[in-house]
Amino acid sequence: MERAKWIESTLQRALQPQHLVVEDESALHAGHAGAASGGGHFRALIVSDAFRGLDRIARQRAVYAALGDAMRTTIHALALRTLTPDEWAAQEADSR
Amino acid sequence: MAREIMKEIHDEIAKNKVLVYMKGTPSFPMCGFSAAVVEALRDTGYPFAHVNILEDQEKREGIKAFSNWPTIPQIYVDGKFVGGCDILRELHASGELQQMLDKAFAGSGESAKA
Repeated sequence: MERAKWIESTLQRALQPQHLVVEDESALHAGHAGAASGGGHFRALIVSDAFRGLDRIARQRAVYAALGDAMRTTIHALALRTLTPDEWAAQEADSR
Repeated sequence: MAREIMKEIHDEIAKNKVLVYMKGTPSFPMCGFSAAVVEALRDTGYPFAHVNILEDQEKREGIKAFSNWPTIPQIYVDGKFVGGCDILRELHASGELQQMLDKAFAGSGESAKA
């Protein structure tokens, strides 16, 4: 399976997000040392109730835990935005 | 004697008000995420120490276990884990990073160079 798709389906199952976007940015980092080791660069926006009551560190740890071993193998870097549905709605309203 | 990597990390975190585990150095970051963290910290005007994990494979793995965090860079302020690049960027954008460092350096005699 394509790596970004795998990340997406894994996060979908673990966090049941209302909104989820995973982008593969590996092409932007081709030739970089991390890319040479085979790990990809990804970016994810995750809007989930699972983040309610968690601080920033705990939210990212929840994402890393869901991805498990992949964080040491196929994923070299993962830029994260982790929001609750309320925070997401507020940000959307701000940007309008 | 075996190297006590966890103690080494514990001690360097305790010793430095602001410590960044990064790839490369502040002058020559070897990764965009490490570079972004250096930029944000520089913007606060306060000094910070760094550890170049590319020069120390054992510490590279050690810090991930120590922080229970799988990626580099990692930032510690006043002995406390703050997060990685995403979190530092958010804290910088919201002004919380400046507040955090103002507080960390309050009364230390060191001030922001502004």
